[in-house]
Amino acid sequence: MVGADPARPVVNARTVVLGRLRRALQPGVVPEPIVRAYRQAGPSPPGAPALLDRLQARLLDLGAGVRRTAPDTVAEVIAALLAARGATTVVVPAGLPRTFVPGAVVDAADRPAPTLDQVDLVVTGCAVAIAETGTLVLDGSPDQGRRALTLVPDWHIAVVAAARVVETLPEAIARLDPTRPLTFISGPSATSDIEFRRVEGVHGPRTLDVILVTTGG
Amino acid sequence: MSAGGPAGRSGAHGPLRGREPFPDAARRALADTQLRQNLARATRTIRARRAEVVGEVPDWEALREAGRAIRAEATQRLPELLETLEAQVVARGGTVHWARDAAEATRVVVNCVQATGAREVLKVKSMTTQEIGLNTALERAGIRPVETDLAELIVQLAGDTPSHIVVPAIHRNREEIRQLFRQHLPEAPAALGDDPQELAAVARRHLRQKFLRAPVAISGVNFAVAETGTLVVVESEGNGRMCLTLPSTLVTVMGIEKVIPRWRDLDVLLQLLPRSATGERMNPYTSMWTGVTPGDGPQTFHLVLVDGGRSRALADPIGREALRCIRCSACLNVCPVFERVGGHAYGSVYPGPIGAILTPQLTGRPGDRVTGSLPFASTLCGACLDACPVLIDIPQLLVHLRGVARAGARQGRRPPSPSTLAMGAAAWVMADGSRLGWAGRAARLGRRLPAAGLPPLARWLRTRDLPTPPPETFRAWWARTRRGRS
Ligand code: SF4
Repeated sequence: MVGADPARPVVNARTVVLGRLRRALQPGVVPEPIVRAYRQAGPSPPGAPALLDRLQARLLDLGAGVRRTAPDTVAEVIAALLAARGATTVVVPAGLPRTFVPGAVVDAADRPAPTLDQVDLVVTGCAVAIAETGTLVLDGSPDQGRRALTLVPDWHIAVVAAARVVETLPEAIARLDPTRPLTFISGPSATSDIEFRRVEGVHGPRTLDVILVTTGG
Repeated sequence: MSAGGPAGRSGAHGPLRGREPFPDAARRALADTQLRQNLARATRTIRARRAEVVGEVPDWEALREAGRAIRAEATQRLPELLETLEAQVVARGGTVHWARDAAEATRVVVNCVQATGAREVLKVKSMTTQEIGLNTALERAGIRPVETDLAELIVQLAGDTPSHIVVPAIHRNREEIRQLFRQHLPEAPAALGDDPQELAAVARRHLRQKFLRAPVAISGVNFAVAETGTLVVVESEGNGRMCLTLPSTLVTVMGIEKVIPRWRDLDVLLQLLPRSATGERMNPYTSMWTGVTPGDGPQTFHLVLVDGGRSRALADPIGREALRCIRCSACLNVCPVFERVGGHAYGSVYPGPIGAILTPQLTGRPGDRVTGSLPFASTLCGACLDACPVLIDIPQLLVHLRGVARAGARQGRRPPSPSTLAMGAAAWVMADGSRLGWAGRAARLGRRLPAAGLPPLARWLRTRDLPTPPPETFRAWWARTRRGRS
């Protein structure tokens, strides 16, 4: 073991396993280079209207709701969504613009995660969205918060700036920091475990709404 | 069985080795109409979805080629990559353990759990923990493992074993599931119906309280990125996110072959895996974490690296090819034999075409009467190779393993009786209405297969002094075995 506990038998296991692996390989075999002939990026630049249309279509396909709005009307759109469902308790990460949801409770590091089960919904930002697959990626930045925040409440509204919408997965991977905790979300949770019939909403938020914020028309 | 005993002893391969040869187990499976109906429906649906989402990717073949090369590099650089992974995880606050075999791995996990004082642990679906028989070991230590994946929960409540890699409870119908839930879950109302939506809602209520309270969770991984120490779990239901986020201690068990060299390799693998596994462009949730993140998720993190026969497989050209597998289950869903008999007939945690290779390789007993029978559970039709996202030439490897099993028989080990096995496999396929499609396709591919020799295998065959098994097309094989019967 590497770390705090210097348990001897486990140190031994490491040596034994690595020794076995080294013996199993012929020395001097150089792996062939990886040919990355696949698409590293789509033809559209981030935020292009065609990408937003595609992302919207994919998200709708996956069972998420989508609204488009200009930056100065985000708060109105959110307020309308809340009113439509009679939601009152909202939690937001500390870095989300306060103007988005006036009156929301700001998450705090010392708040026990189980208490998040008692709020109606969470509103967050988003690190990157992938148009081709309808995927949102959260990376724990201040406008997205810790992972429990977007997991325990039953409703998640994600505000996505158009400039963060890319076409392909490789573009998203290139933009992300692997050392942050990352969550890729493609629609609400789902299962096909019973007779292979699709059921939406198992353990994650059962409702996902995405607000696409566009600057141009 | 003999957990704690030395590997290699009979019965020491519990979850990997079945009790009876494939044809005997398969005959029983064939009699199970429910199983056959569910399987046919599920595999047909997944095949259609997969074909659709693969067909829309313009660079699918380039992705497969890159996927093959990335996984090949991972096996060729395995020891070095594991050391890098370990260093990265430790640098970010995790603890890394190594285990030579299943017994050692379960001991390490039990110790990690006992250190927290927890009497119950949550589990995310993980084939590696099934392979090492972790649940049995935990129970023996007085710790209750709770499966949180819906299908795994069903399997666990039924005292059953999974029958498919991706949809493990596909052999159970909704009425059986309703009864299991009513019997075992206090949250199930007396008037519980059998609608899948209703059943899933009961599971949600049952597990939610556990997610919010549980101090420890145990997971597997789909990939581990060496250069950054990042672990990746791909899932649908959100039980994975719950287990990876809410408990204060996380123990992750991984087979050492799951490592990949670099972050960028996820470009490829995260496109190949969901499309191949469930026919989705992207699965609902993918979680990634590196060591411990202060203020977010488990603050104690253990990573257990399990050999369990992988180093032995690595030394063998067939095994090395098989270690590229990313467990997507595409080869199961396209396999005409799997579609008819399901996963239980293979008697191993790893069923289907790839299981027929991995199982004898991981147990190190390709000439064994039971595991040695698995490579014969195939028509060599080639559908698995066409589907495999990392281009594992499964039919070719099966042909070679048949040779090994036959050689074992010649050396006086109990033989798997190839002709009986071949006839059995052929009989199921040919008894089906769609046989002409499969057989025609098989004949086409069959002619191609012997030519598609892999250079390393060819080299290996020369050096091992094994006779090359006669390549045989399905049609020829069928004709021969049918003649032999009538
Ligand atoms: S062998 Fe290929 S197709 Fe089969 S499970 Fe492994 S990666 Fe998937």
